[in-house]
Amino acid sequence: MTPKTIETQEMLLNMGPQHPSTHGVLRLVVRTDGELVTEVTPVIGYLHRCAEKIGENVRYEQYIPYTDRLDYLASMGDNLAYCLAVERLLGLEVPPRAQYLRVIMAELNRIASHLLALGAYGLDLGAFTPFLYAFREREMILDMFEHVSGARLTYNYVKVGGVRRDVDAKFAEMLYRFLNLFDARVKDYNDLFSYNQIFIDRTKGLGIIPAEKAVEYGMTGPNLRASGVDYDVRHAAPYSSYDQFNFKSVLGRDGTGVLGDCWNRYFVRIEEMVESCGIVRQAMGGLPEGKISEDLKRIRPPAGEAYASVENPRGELGFYVISDGSDTPLRVKIRAPSFSNLSILPELGKGVLLADLVSILGSIDIVLGEIDR
Amino acid sequence: MGFVEGRFGRNILITSVDAAVNWSRASSLWPMTFGIACCAIEMMAAGASRYDWDRFGMIPRATPRQSDLMIVAGTVNARLALVIRRLYEQMAEPRYVIAMGSCVLGGGPYYKWGYNVVKGVDKVIPVDVYVPGCPPRPEALLDGILKLQQKIRKQTLARDEGTGRDALQVLPPAPGRPGEGR
Repeated sequence: MTPKTIETQEMLLNMGPQHPSTHGVLRLVVRTDGELVTEVTPVIGYLHRCAEKIGENVRYEQYIPYTDRLDYLASMGDNLAYCLAVERLLGLEVPPRAQYLRVIMAELNRIASHLLALGAYGLDLGAFTPFLYAFREREMILDMFEHVSGARLTYNYVKVGGVRRDVDAKFAEMLYRFLNLFDARVKDYNDLFSYNQIFIDRTKGLGIIPAEKAVEYGMTGPNLRASGVDYDVRHAAPYSSYDQFNFKSVLGRDGTGVLGDCWNRYFVRIEEMVESCGIVRQAMGGLPEGKISEDLKRIRPPAGEAYASVENPRGELGFYVISDGSDTPLRVKIRAPSFSNLSILPELGKGVLLADLVSILGSIDIVLGEIDR
Repeated sequence: MGFVEGRFGRNILITSVDAAVNWSRASSLWPMTFGIACCAIEMMAAGASRYDWDRFGMIPRATPRQSDLMIVAGTVNARLALVIRRLYEQMAEPRYVIAMGSCVLGGGPYYKWGYNVVKGVDKVIPVDVYVPGCPPRPEALLDGILKLQQKIRKQTLARDEGTGRDALQVLPPAPGRPGEGR
């Protein structure tokens, strides 16, 4: 039988919303030809929680808990972005100690988020052990957050004008215990997972995003830097005194992986965790004395508009807030990094194997909470 | 259990079978991996290194057809409610539901302004155990699982004798026995 006579039939597969590898409730409509994927269409909206509309209805300070629940893996960054936007509306300068505390918390949250990305990526590819390793260290960070803010996941820690609570000696002790341990643990992850030949085979050269493509789709964060584009909001538009710290942007490179492939997107996160540890050490070492918050009786910014963005673990998270001079914002628009990052999936998903689609999706590391909002 | 269920009254034989069946059901609750939102992260934490729900015989399954337990972990909106309903119907009986988190219990922070959020998943599927919190700690979820196990241990296969209950439903606690029926 010659290949011409074999008739194959297209099949339309529905992946999700209940699927262990879609990181929440993303639904993918996949057109397959045998094992090959010919078309992928993401369908979103299963976690739409009216976040932007709520912003128009509640007072400025009441909206901060809702930002926690956008990108629930990096709540500190979400709080921070919104508070920066409101502070820009108010024309408010935050005390230096509060700025440093914000940096410490945002970077710790970056580590926690990347650890979960690592563990979940392992699960996607069928490796269960990295998940257990990653959560072991993640729990240490969550303990610190619980100590300082009272919550494990939704912190509501950053407030307009500063932060809610100061750190104490016990926090410092927990922090340094974690930092001293973490470098050795990163080596563990690399030995166990990053340089594991099976893992490299599953990710190397897969889902390559060229630099210009990544920019075209508006990708940000580790996904963009893995393609070799040096863009980091912390460097490009420093906020919250990030310009006082010494750290480098981690870029993807050819080597174990190919520039812009899944392995690089994964490994950029690993190296970013090490960089974040450095930032936390610098911030904790040079923590200025002083008050942790400006006293604000009532938050009522003058009419106007402001945009503020931060470098979240998934990319540039921006809040655009319009004020009409009352207690509540007139409009809150959220620029969610995961949304832009996901938009490249239909292009990457063409012509790959079905199992590789899971690998590509896992490497993009999306959070549905901020995609659907 | 189709051939015994609801055929006999509450005699010594059926209660012995009950004990064995309930023991096996309660100690191998296989949850479906279905994370929706923030609570799903705490659900993962409950399954990971520190909290380790494998101790209670919980092995996550990826498909509803192999699972006994659905943990609804995260906000259910109008669009997802249809999916949840379908997933629940795909599960084989006996099936149990734990509602985890304020959003699932009754809308939570999205109660007032969340025009799209279903105010409580029990409007869509029957719920066995409610675990409040936003999000609940992993300990709270484990407590909910233990509560569900207590509930399962009180089920009976005996015939419905005018109590107005299905055979598989939980019987009321026997009077005068302290420590039970919490």
